[in-house]
Amino acid sequence: MSFRATLKREVVLAWRRPAEIINPLFFFVMVVAMFPLGVSPKADLLSVIAPGVVWVAALLAVLLSVEGLFRNDFEAGALEQMLVAPTNLYVPCLAKIIAHWLLTGLPLVLVAPLLGYMLHLPEQASMTLFLGLLLGTPTLTAIGAIGVSLTVGVRSGGILLALLILPLYVPVLVFGAGAAAYAANGAPVEGLLAILAAMLLASLTLAPAAVAAGLRISNGG
Amino acid sequence: MWQTLTRWYHQWGSPRYFFQYSGVLLPWLWPLAVLTLVVGVVWGLAFAPADYQQGNSYRIIFIHVPAASAALLGYIAMGVAGLVGLVWRMKMADIMIKAIAPFGAVLAAIALITGAIWGKPTWGTYWVWDARLTSMLLMLFLYLGVFALMNAIPDPRQAGRAASLLSVVGVINVVIVKYSVEWWQSLHQGSTLKVVGESAMPSEMLAPLLISMLGIYLFFACTVLMRARTEIMVRERKSQWLREVLR
Repeated sequence: MSFRATLKREVVLAWRRPAEIINPLFFFVMVVAMFPLGVSPKADLLSVIAPGVVWVAALLAVLLSVEGLFRNDFEAGALEQMLVAPTNLYVPCLAKIIAHWLLTGLPLVLVAPLLGYMLHLPEQASMTLFLGLLLGTPTLTAIGAIGVSLTVGVRSGGILLALLILPLYVPVLVFGAGAAAYAANGAPVEGLLAILAAMLLASLTLAPAAVAAGLRISNGG
Repeated sequence: MWQTLTRWYHQWGSPRYFFQYSGVLLPWLWPLAVLTLVVGVVWGLAFAPADYQQGNSYRIIFIHVPAASAALLGYIAMGVAGLVGLVWRMKMADIMIKAIAPFGAVLAAIALITGAIWGKPTWGTYWVWDARLTSMLLMLFLYLGVFALMNAIPDPRQAGRAASLLSVVGVINVVIVKYSVEWWQSLHQGSTLKVVGESAMPSEMLAPLLISMLGIYLFFACTVLMRARTEIMVRERKSQWLREVLR
């Protein structure tokens, strides 16, 4: 399957099941809303923890949504067809990652500045939070896809996926939340955003190959 | 030279050759491991001079540093084995991953626990979110992830190949994790041992440290070889050669 065909197929399929787009978004908003309730509603405290809270919630939302990346295809048998097709697996894997991010990651990124505002994140950090998530969440989806490719078909794969993937998410979290926190203190953030962009490019080029290898392994290839 | 190396590499990649020759090697390796470990640890704990700043509390270094470095080395070994397994589909590679993962996790845990015990008198706290501590904690998580993945997949070959891929991804990531958390926070003392250049440690302390590190490495090697032998016996239980060897 070509890149465009896979991308179009994924978008159409997701469009017909809007819950798969909306649920991660609700999850993201709800997790963030738990923090003022659980920690403290005081503005000075919330503004300090806001970048980390938004980033961790986004990370968990990506983790939960990426788990379904191959589930429907696996159950319907479309995944096997993809594997036996005489074309390279790299391109459809890349397309699936990008489509999945467009449908579940991008909405999170768009909502994040609002949540930052609700957590009293200083206004000058709002743009950095947005840009950081824009560069960081596709990386999270790409890394998550590697874990999903290995756990597709494994029983209770969800919690296993979290065990495998969360340690790998640390660099993105450190630089992403770090950039927003720097911006809140008025420090320059170009370098941190550049590192996030570098991680994005590296993961988008390397992860599809690993996902393809993982899919072949977990389908007994 | 190159031919000898490749032949040696392929021979050790076959379970049968591995099983036979590790059986020859182990009776020599075990006493050597115990000897170096005992000499290194006893020398370090009882006879090495006390530190002028930290007094006797620094002596935990003779356990802490060897365990931490062996945990790191084990993780790299797992990544190399994973690459070998993915590229050449060598049977021994995923057996090695299965052999290394649990012991490596234990070593990482030992490094964390001894570090906490050492941290109390030196820094006044058992735990800080410092770069080195955090990266060791994450390495423990990565070890546990490989372990959990292997346990979740019933077919041993498939489990091995999945763990191979995860170890390769993990090794690439460990480097990034290390630098990212270092940038994030660091309180840990700088590395005392240097491969190149002069170590910042007097030789009366350095010698027992190096010996106990060698001891841990040898002990690690012995355990991995033994676990790999057990795994070979499980996987090849139906093959003729194993019966002949064991007879």
